[in-house]
Amino acid sequence: MADIDVSGGDSGHKKGPGVKKAKKLSTRVDMTPMVDLGFLLITFFIFTTTMSTPSTMKLYMPKDEKDPKNQTEVKQSGALTILLGKGNGIYYYEGQLKEDGSNFKSSTYKEIRDVIIKKKKDVMEMGKAQGYPKDTLDKDFMVIIKPNTEATYKNTVDILDEMTINQVHRFALVDITDDENKLVKATEASNGIK
Amino acid sequence: MTPFVDVAFLILSFFMLATKFKPPAPITITTPHSVSSDKLKEEDAVLVEFDSVGHVYFTMNTKKTSDNNLKLDLIRAVNSNRNLGLNDAEMKSFMNYTTVGSPFAEIKSLLDMPKDQRDKVKQKGIPVDSTNNELATWIGAAKVAFQGHTVLYMIKGDDNATYPTFKGVIDALKKNDEYKYKLITDPKAVPAGTELYTKRESGKKDEE
Repeated sequence: MADIDVSGGDSGHKKGPGVKKAKKLSTRVDMTPMVDLGFLLITFFIFTTTMSTPSTMKLYMPKDEKDPKNQTEVKQSGALTILLGKGNGIYYYEGQLKEDGSNFKSSTYKEIRDVIIKKKKDVMEMGKAQGYPKDTLDKDFMVIIKPNTEATYKNTVDILDEMTINQVHRFALVDITDDENKLVKATEASNGIK
Repeated sequence: MTPFVDVAFLILSFFMLATKFKPPAPITITTPHSVSSDKLKEEDAVLVEFDSVGHVYFTMNTKKTSDNNLKLDLIRAVNSNRNLGLNDAEMKSFMNYTTVGSPFAEIKSLLDMPKDQRDKVKQKGIPVDSTNNELATWIGAAKVAFQGHTVLYMIKGDDNATYPTFKGVIDALKKNDEYKYKLITDPKAVPAGTELYTKRESGKKDEE
């Protein structure tokens, strides 16, 4: 009669036979889109990355010397002059250039190393004969590099690099003379380099 | 698949951390290769670049940002030397972005442009002929502005540029009594069997 229905408000708590338990959802998320994005980023970074930092190559130039008295003297026997022309042309002569140009030879950037090595060896043997101390045997060895106006910057750097590779301690970057340039041009013409 | 994804993300994080973005350059330069092992360092430097057609560009780099006012000193000096008639805003524009590659006659109009536009516009290059070597003026002014600092003179040239451009750049530096340069190159391996190769193998250091 005066019954208070206690159960009335709480009836939801009672799990009757008809009420289903909440289903346990799987916590696994579909990772495919994330992985896709991940690979996209990898490709992006791989392409934009600059892996090798540039290196620097030292180049020390001498002061321009107007006075011929103070200019460096080069022994003829120890001098090797390398001329750079267009189309990756490279020419050389030993000592002084003969009037008829008979000691003027053509070479390539691959073969020039052997030329330098051979000349260095020769000069060192001469130094031995002269009785130079052991660590300055190549004292008389001097490479003179003369690029003409059509040689590229790459040619110049390549040949300077060759000096480092072959441990040539004395070398100079000098302007080409007219006679030499004419010889280079003539050789280029006969070899058909345009 | 999980280990695979793990590795992938590891690589991703590696690249993200290792990446150093290329600074935007107004010109594309393919540098030659050399066996040199010196790495390029961030220092107070004057950078001279030239591209394949021989256009020369000048840049002044300061190591510390607090030295930025040196750039202002430089442009002031050039301005009064050559009567360029630049105003303060134009000089400020130079301070914010020092790469220039125009003859003096066109510097004013170049510096009038906003920074992003300066990269896009085709510049004629700083003249380096023996008769009119404007680069020498730039380098001279930079040398004065950098007084008391150790400055590197860096040259960055394109493979296909011809020798006269390089010579012009060297002449400009020589005019200012600077004889030591650093050429920016890409590293390459030392050919086996050469003297340098044996020297490096034996652990000796390269000469200074």
